[in-house]
Amino acid sequence: MDVRAQSKRAGWRMGAHMGIGLFTLFSALPFYVMLITAFKRESDLYDPQNNPFWFTEPPTMANLDLLFGSTKFLTWLLNSFLVGALVVVITLVLVIPAAYSLARLAGRWGETLGIGIFLTYLVPPTLLFLPFAKVMAFLELQNSLWALVVAYPTFTVPFCTWLMLGFFKAIPRDIEEQAMVDGYGRLGAFVYAVLPLAVPGILTVVVFAFTLSTSEFIYALAFVQNSVQKTVSIGVPSELVRGDVFRWGSLLAGALIASIPVSILYTLFIDQFVAGLTALAK
Amino acid sequence: MATGVLEEYGTRQRLLNSDRLLAGALIAPAIIYIVALMGVPFVLSIYYSLSDVTTGGTDAPFVGLANFRALVGDPTFQQTLYNTFLLSGMTLLVVLVLGTIQAELLIRSFRGKWLVRFLILLPWTAPVSLSVIGWLWMFDSIFSPIDWSLREAGLLGHPGALLGPATNLYWLGSGGLPMASIILVNVWRILPLGTVIVLAGLNSIPREVEEQALIDGAGYFRRLFQITLPMMLPIFGIAVLFTFVFTFTDMVLVYILTRGGPANSTHVLTTLAFFTGVQGGSLGQGAAVALFMFPVLTALSAIVLLLIRRREV
Repeated sequence: MDVRAQSKRAGWRMGAHMGIGLFTLFSALPFYVMLITAFKRESDLYDPQNNPFWFTEPPTMANLDLLFGSTKFLTWLLNSFLVGALVVVITLVLVIPAAYSLARLAGRWGETLGIGIFLTYLVPPTLLFLPFAKVMAFLELQNSLWALVVAYPTFTVPFCTWLMLGFFKAIPRDIEEQAMVDGYGRLGAFVYAVLPLAVPGILTVVVFAFTLSTSEFIYALAFVQNSVQKTVSIGVPSELVRGDVFRWGSLLAGALIASIPVSILYTLFIDQFVAGLTALAK
Repeated sequence: MATGVLEEYGTRQRLLNSDRLLAGALIAPAIIYIVALMGVPFVLSIYYSLSDVTTGGTDAPFVGLANFRALVGDPTFQQTLYNTFLLSGMTLLVVLVLGTIQAELLIRSFRGKWLVRFLILLPWTAPVSLSVIGWLWMFDSIFSPIDWSLREAGLLGHPGALLGPATNLYWLGSGGLPMASIILVNVWRILPLGTVIVLAGLNSIPREVEEQALIDGAGYFRRLFQITLPMMLPIFGIAVLFTFVFTFTDMVLVYILTRGGPANSTHVLTTLAFFTGVQGGSLGQGAAVALFMFPVLTALSAIVLLLIRRREV
């Protein structure tokens, strides 16, 4: 009996390990192929007999040279970073006061209004991009990075306000009330007593405003046609897939290189992301 | 002593009175920004959908519901509507099932979990317009690594092979396969999100409940169906909402994998709106296509939110 239970448990564990292995393979395989292909010689790559998961001929750096030397990849990376950084600043300036106000001052209106603001996050860019492009033309921002800097807070602000609201709610009211009794005004109490405790929340907002901006595709595609003004998320698919230098090695290298930093940042904070989504159920 | 308390109370009252104004001042910039930059395009998109506006022209003659009427009778649009619901529905189904299994597997701790976690999350955390390029290569008509594996396994590429004698499957070629490929990639992308949402739900179930059930002799499936799943209902609501919304409103997958082809057979609402409005230049028609998403999104969000919030009361 004991032996049977034991072997049954061992069976479960082996099954679980195999399951995890299969899921990991499913998720990571395309990235692995991107990695191998990035270092493959053309003659190796374009032979259907050769193993696509390993090198038949020795690896090469030629694809990376081409990517950094003959395409605007570096410019796009820089553009993405710039847009991301500016969107982070705008988001922080709008979100911190708004979330604090919702958490503390606006009373029971706070929650309803908070959910309302979050729901605007569910209005997708794909619904708005056509008239939005006309608005950008009217503001004389079309074909410029500034169009993206102006547009992206429309989805970072709703989501990040909601996230930040959760963080402010978790800070006890006593802390700023004590600071106010000690002579600080509402604003002083906020800056000196509350903000330092909200640093983890602010960091979360920074990461999500940045990763959501650098991953955005639709507005960038609709607003920017000039290739030196493109971000990496549209530069690579639009200019390298159907552009003059269509080489799978460099293309996949570019896609992989730009993905990894964003993925690492995102993974570190994904629990906060999910906490934001599931807070709706509370 | 007593006066001190009174003074303190007075200070608080004064501050509370000025709070209302302060609250408004603090929240106004965010609301003005969102209303201006989302409200104006939204109202414009309704106006566009009722007019015959093009990318070139400046005037927008009012045409009433003509755009919508033209769409409803258009076979491409009907196919598009079908594709959109097929993609969203299938993704939802598969992600809920696989996500629950994956969450059950990942809730235990094991060696190297951080690496497994990073790899499993990659499809969701990587920028989608870049990761999907990897799939474009996986589906290549000649060099597809998937086809190579199938040939090596003897399932493809020789007479009598299970998947046919041709050397390639042409994943994005013709028939039902391109739509199936798009669904596969979409499941791949959304599955990590579904998993972490379910995982968050599992972690929020108090351990005592589970342990008591175990002591009372409840088996695995009894615990799953009588404790875990009922307690998880609100979380599944959240998973349904976001899986559906993120799939339904996404454009990148179809745009990069097939561009709606071959012969407009794989368009979804978002790509059809883009190609009609931007490439085709008919802004009015494009806006009308995109607007078809709105009632569905509103209805789904309302239903899920009502269900989630009612349970709690």
